[in-house]
Amino acid sequence: MDYGTYRGIYTIIMLLVFAGIIWWAYSKHSKKRFDKAANSIFEEDELKESRKKERSAQDNEQQAHKD
Amino acid sequence: MSATSSATPNYNFDIVKKFAFMAVVWGLVGMSAGVVIAAQLVWPELNFDTPWFTYSRLRPLHTNAVIFAFGGCALFATSYWVVQRTCQVRLFSDKIANFTFWGWQAVIVSAIITLPLGMTSSKEYAELEWPIDVLIALVWIAYAIVFFGTIVKRATSHIYVANWFYGGFILTVACLHIGNSMAIPVSLTKSYSIYAGAVDAMMQWWYGHNAVGFFLTAGFLGMMYYFVPKQAGRPVYSYRLSVVHFWALISLYIWAGPHHLHYTALPDWTQSLGMVMSIVLFVPSWGGMINGIMTLSGAWHKLRTDPILRFMIVSLSFYGMSTFEGPMMAIKSVNALSHYTDWTVGHVHSGALGWVAMISIGSLYHLIPRAFGKEKMYSVKLINVHFWLATIGVVLYIVAMWISGVMQGMMWRSVNADGTLTYSFVEVVAATYPYHTIRWIGGLCVVTGMIIMLYNTIKTIRSKDAAKAEVPAQSAQATA
Repeated sequence: MDYGTYRGIYTIIMLLVFAGIIWWAYSKHSKKRFDKAANSIFEEDELKESRKKERSAQDNEQQAHKD
Repeated sequence: MSATSSATPNYNFDIVKKFAFMAVVWGLVGMSAGVVIAAQLVWPELNFDTPWFTYSRLRPLHTNAVIFAFGGCALFATSYWVVQRTCQVRLFSDKIANFTFWGWQAVIVSAIITLPLGMTSSKEYAELEWPIDVLIALVWIAYAIVFFGTIVKRATSHIYVANWFYGGFILTVACLHIGNSMAIPVSLTKSYSIYAGAVDAMMQWWYGHNAVGFFLTAGFLGMMYYFVPKQAGRPVYSYRLSVVHFWALISLYIWAGPHHLHYTALPDWTQSLGMVMSIVLFVPSWGGMINGIMTLSGAWHKLRTDPILRFMIVSLSFYGMSTFEGPMMAIKSVNALSHYTDWTVGHVHSGALGWVAMISIGSLYHLIPRAFGKEKMYSVKLINVHFWLATIGVVLYIVAMWISGVMQGMMWRSVNADGTLTYSFVEVVAATYPYHTIRWIGGLCVVTGMIIMLYNTIKTIRSKDAAKAEVPAQSAQATA
């Protein structure tokens, strides 16, 4: 195979790979996973919030016991 | 602090704090060096007739300090922060992470010493001599081990998109640096590139443009994909687009280097290839920019009250602007006018000051109080002052350089009827004086902003622990 043909085939392969990435990224199958991933950076805040609530609930309980 | 840290995995914030603080310090140092050399272009006497303060020696000091010291420390700080939080594990190794910090600071200090002394490999953005290059390579490999080691031991199933950008940046910069810095040492302070002629030029700009594409773009896009959604309090506009953005950007950027060598000894087909790839690059760049800005859709009102978010969104606007300008300047006929003029300098600074510095500053303002266990920055008002100084400074800078650059290009190419040049070189230099003065004033605004940032940062770090203060306030409420 001469160099020109090889490059032509390589270009088509790269084009198909790229089309594949787009198809994969925009498929219904990936949507749920991606939505979850996009929101994953807020998990730590929720964690903190819920702990805070727990903490204040505990504080209130302790306070109630003291009273 | 103890209450919040028990709620999250035991992260290594110490390394983040060190890099974040040094990012602010080196930002001020590097930009000040820029203001000094900008002043030298207006008042040449400012080199004090010494070899150490000449423009030619201080200019690489400025570029190295802002790109690798300021940008580098900001990237280290944010990537260590993001990779831990999104993977929900502590860094792979504290010791190796610490080595990256001290190693990187050693690189910066040796640059500050060797460049004014005139020790240089003379490769743009890769001026440092071979012993320092070896140290950079070691630090970078250590960085890759810490970063990818953390990804491997992550507690989450998905690798968040910011980490893909950081990972791509780390991996590519390792290849670029080691590839371009290949040299034969003749003494401890002098070496010669193993490449020759046009090949050397092509290697240099393969490195040079990908330093822009991966160091100054991919890494900072990693920042964008974490800190913009975090600060806006809403997920990124389209995660799907971010995936396509990543693959398109990294596969295209690597080809754009030849546009730095239009109309040189580089083969014509290589120049044209570089031009075409640079134009195509517009698409993923704007895809990413839109993705970042649209993250705010439905929450635009936050811009009114939050100067940190303002930094981030304006940085994305500058990113959009310079990634439109860049492909345009890569077109050969446009390049024939713009190349070697101040227009290029203006373009670089719209990217470097507008995009890179502003997204870093925004991210650092988000990160610093959190890493140091404070509720927020010492003064939000001062962040706002910094924002306006930075914005006005950048606009003054790039507008002055646009006018000056186009003027230079037009004057250089202007010929009389008999074919002689209309203007001598020195006439063109004289014509640029007012614009170089405006540029210097713009730079001064930017540096003033950095001084305010450093003050604000020190005050934040030293402030009484706000997170601790929260607890007594709560118990006081309870007893009431």
